[in-house]
Amino acid sequence: MPWDRDQMAARAAEELQDGWYVNLGIGIPTLVANYIPKGVEVTLQSENGMLGMGPFPYEGEEDPDLINAGKQTITELPQTAYFDSAQSFAMIRGGKIAMAILGGMEVSETGDLANWMIPGKLVKGMGGAMDLVAGVGRVVVVMDHTSKHGESKVLKACTLPLTGKGVVNRIITNLGVLDVVPGGLKIVQLADGVTEADLRAATEATIVG
Amino acid sequence: MKKVYKDATSALEGALFDGMTIAAGGFGLCGIPELLIAAIRDAGTKDLTIASNNAGVDGFGLGQLLATRQVKKMISSYVGENAEFMRQYLSGELELEFNPQGTLAERMRAGGAGIPGFYTATGVGTVIAEGKDHKDFNGRTYILETGIVADLSIVKAWKADPSGNLVFRKTARNFNAPAATCGKICVAEVEEIVPLGSLDPDKIHLPGIYVHRLIAGAHEKRIENRTTRKKETV
Repeated sequence: MPWDRDQMAARAAEELQDGWYVNLGIGIPTLVANYIPKGVEVTLQSENGMLGMGPFPYEGEEDPDLINAGKQTITELPQTAYFDSAQSFAMIRGGKIAMAILGGMEVSETGDLANWMIPGKLVKGMGGAMDLVAGVGRVVVVMDHTSKHGESKVLKACTLPLTGKGVVNRIITNLGVLDVVPGGLKIVQLADGVTEADLRAATEATIVG
Repeated sequence: MKKVYKDATSALEGALFDGMTIAAGGFGLCGIPELLIAAIRDAGTKDLTIASNNAGVDGFGLGQLLATRQVKKMISSYVGENAEFMRQYLSGELELEFNPQGTLAERMRAGGAGIPGFYTATGVGTVIAEGKDHKDFNGRTYILETGIVADLSIVKAWKADPSGNLVFRKTARNFNAPAATCGKICVAEVEEIVPLGSLDPDKIHLPGIYVHRLIAGAHEKRIENRTTRKKETV
């Protein structure tokens, strides 16, 4: 059985190290906050201007002035700090954020990421994703290995407009974990019940080692 | 020097003209200058270029200016919540310049700080970099982005004193501070104007030098995406 969304999020949470400042993207990456290992203290950054993002508020306690980058109502923590968007991206661009865990539409074997636009279909925008992949210390992408039609999303080269070129360090999919290394992708881990042959068959990108 | 006006319409008097560029604060619907947007809608100023992270939603925020076709061009990082925006863009009625969110924030900050351009690694190797000057620093490639100087800035804060010193609240600060600095004229709307001397000078988020006109009023503060959790029963 490949990993489900929660298992992918739990696996991504193992990437976190004590003391890190981390940015979690929208979708499965948001779930990572539910699986932060015991004894690991991380501070979540929300790029709309907050460090120390807390959980959703209790019903009736929503504050329209307190949202995350997905525009969801959230809460603050004792260590929370607020700041403006220019300062928020100064800390991202300045390399102060240790890791970003982001969703993806396509990743290439050279670490290119596409996750913001499908020409002619989806015109939403990149938000802060281009700044994050260019600025943070380490980029982990969490996504399904293949599309709904079974086509690989782990490619030799991305077909969609890029979010960043050569920016991805690690890919966590429903089939396993891959690292971007010289020459291609290296298998780090297989999901429970997934064979190396399964993963290779679902991957268009070059697998090395 | 009198900065306090009675309402949004009087605060915008003489500051609006067709074809102008406006920088607006807010992130999603959080911290948007909703009173000033409504007054610009009522004024009917058209062919606007608006630099704002988002474009509101249908019927609220900047979405209102899209509905009335007052906007010629948006400079934004994310416009996913607005069906009318999508329709006008896909039919070619509306120009759109996508800026990465941090690049947009820094373009406003730089414009307000007298910096005409800056180099950033954001967007290198993507469509954002096409046609822009590339330069290597210490072995890494960066692209040149320009500062934004707007004809008018419209921002929302929590509190102000009559001298225009602003205090924001929580994540409603967002683009309001950088947007405020990059306008030739900045009009701020707040929930409350407090007497001079009642704000702690050490806790001013944006000094009044950036704020030329000021209004107070009631805000709807609509929530875009209400998410909650249940109270655990002990």
